Amino acid sequence: MDRRSFIAGSASLAAGTQITPLFAQGAPVELSFFYPVAVGGAITKLIDAYAEGFNKENPTIKVTPVYAGTYQETLVKVLTAHKSGAPPALSVQLSSDMFTLIDEEAIAPIDGFVKTDDDKAWLKGFFPAFMANSQTGGKVWGVPFQRSTIVLFWNKDLFKEAGLDPEKAPANWAEHTAFAEKLTKRDASGAVTQWGVQIPSTGFSYWLLQALAIEAGDELADSAGLHTFFDKQGVQDALQYWVDLGQKQKVHPPGVVEWGTTPKDFFEGKAAMMWTTTGNLTNVRNNAKFPFGVAMLPADKRRGSPTGGGNFNISKKASPAQQEAAFRFVKWVTQPERAAQWSIDTGYVAVSPAAYKTKAMTDYAASFPAATVARDQLEFAVAELSTHENQRVTKALTDNVQAALLGTKPVAAALKEAQAEADRILKSYR
Amino acid sequence: MIRPASRALTAWLLLAPAMTFLFVFTHWPALASLMESFMSTARPRRPSRFVGMDNYQQALSDPVFWKSLTNNLWFALGTIPASIALALLMAIWVNDRLPGRTFARMAYFTPTILPMIAVANIWLFFFTPQYGLIEQIASALGLPSHNWLGSGDTALGAVIMVAIWKEAGFFMIFYLAALQAISPVLAEAANLEGASRWTYFRRVQFPLLMPTTLFVLINAVINAFRMVDHIIVMTRGGPDNATALLMFYIYQVGFNFWDTAYAAALTTILIVMLALIALLQYGWLERRVHYQ
Repeated sequence: MDRRSFIAGSASLAAGTQITPLFAQGAPVELSFFYPVAVGGAITKLIDAYAEGFNKENPTIKVTPVYAGTYQETLVKVLTAHKSGAPPALSVQLSSDMFTLIDEEAIAPIDGFVKTDDDKAWLKGFFPAFMANSQTGGKVWGVPFQRSTIVLFWNKDLFKEAGLDPEKAPANWAEHTAFAEKLTKRDASGAVTQWGVQIPSTGFSYWLLQALAIEAGDELADSAGLHTFFDKQGVQDALQYWVDLGQKQKVHPPGVVEWGTTPKDFFEGKAAMMWTTTGNLTNVRNNAKFPFGVAMLPADKRRGSPTGGGNFNISKKASPAQQEAAFRFVKWVTQPERAAQWSIDTGYVAVSPAAYKTKAMTDYAASFPAATVARDQLEFAVAELSTHENQRVTKALTDNVQAALLGTKPVAAALKEAQAEADRILKSYR
Repeated sequence: MIRPASRALTAWLLLAPAMTFLFVFTHWPALASLMESFMSTARPRRPSRFVGMDNYQQALSDPVFWKSLTNNLWFALGTIPASIALALLMAIWVNDRLPGRTFARMAYFTPTILPMIAVANIWLFFFTPQYGLIEQIASALGLPSHNWLGSGDTALGAVIMVAIWKEAGFFMIFYLAALQAISPVLAEAANLEGASRWTYFRRVQFPLLMPTTLFVLINAVINAFRMVDHIIVMTRGGPDNATALLMFYIYQVGFNFWDTAYAAALTTILIVMLALIALLQYGWLERRVHYQ
């Protein structure tokens, strides 16, 4: 008996003793639900409230939400539990990890639970841009939940100070550079006290690069997750533009910019514009002490942003009763009214057009027009980079993007190396 | 009178609980890792098979492995001598009868008690560009701004600083205990002979502290190859692997990429390296250590 089967054996023994009573008459079906938090704000409270509300309406089911850390940590926890035989029945994972989860046989297709006409109508109700990362091989594997696009936030006070129109965001790359130049302030010794723009490059640097690449007219990967195009001209132009902002125009901090502290830099007035997920919208609204604007990302050849964020996934190894219960919870949470409220509370994009027609949402959008920017950008959105062995492929890209931003590798060489590494990893899947 | 056979049995029975845990949680996983390192990673559609030295060959041609290995050597070189020297200095300082001694000891020991994750988050703020603590001090002194964790030249140095700060207090406790075990008679004798403070330290205190130094040194070496918490919080090995340490890379390969066989091979390399270092330390240094 090797170590893995030993662990699996003892875990299934433990799980078995827990699960058996669930099938007894009258006892509620219990399931745990792992979810990550990737933005500021009180997300855990909202999720706890959902579970409580659902459990009250459905006394035969008991959903226990478990906060599992970042997206990466949640994936690690869920896959570890999966390999030991007792995974949580429901989890929220990056939509881009779909292929990884399928390859590990960790998730069950959603189609299997869609039975009634009502179910079918519900599944068709999501924005097509979000479904692009949720289905492959003719099956639906994930249900959109905390989904986002990248948007540009700008500080209206600093725009005014710099002599710019505070109501007008940069529409294209040239304007974006010109604005950033005006917004960068230096003291007498030449040290920068305020940066024009910040595009974070830790953690999600592949995602930000993808936005620039789409705008420059190229995609990073095919939809089957088998081929990447990291060394195409558009991707090179994109990375070059980003590198130049820091090294040539010097309107963006040099080196690598931390994802987590970028909103804080914006609140402190150290960065006049920032690119980040729309999931930070409510965080910014609560913490920015100045009027701010939200805009679609500036265009080069076209407008564009990758979608991002998390989908609901149902575990393949959970019991049928748990899977069914998980499906009902997912359907309940993504109803238009709740999706609208979730979007209002966080800033994530509500996942269905119907949610934007609810009264709560139309009222909110009327008082806070920024709330619909990310939705409007969906028209130009492209599926987030997603391949087999996604974490490994994105690391190859992330490392090389960072090397280019640090100035240790020329742009073309960095992207060529990332492409070679991705080819090596994906070869065995083709 | 108990017969020798039943005495041996009693001894084994008393040892059994601890041995069982040691075997199940230490020896067996180590052996299993060694065996797994010669196999390929099992995927649902591709079962594991014997691949011989393939995983080790992959390591030799893996630039990230080499990068994290050299990073780790620099990390060890940066943290071990500095934290030991600092620990010794602090221990001698707070061993003297100075006012507020308890407070000073407590202050030096505080970093050790704090969880590494919390510590790393605090330091993350210290290193933040523009408004972080270090930047505020630097700008008050008129020094240029610097992105400490975001630049390849300084990121490793920054995480080394945190490790030294965290470790020195811990080692200080061992030195402090050892210093208090040194008989005061020796200090008085040295005084009578008119030995200077430095001579007393070099000729009396330091030699008597050698057993502690050996113990601390071995611990420091192991820690240098084991510390990853603050890397995960502060840099995630970035930018461009500038702060990737061996243990962190093994974690990434094992739990982010799920290439468990390759991770097992890397683990084996790490264990062999640590074993060699420990042998060297015991074999060579032990002979120069004076035990009372």
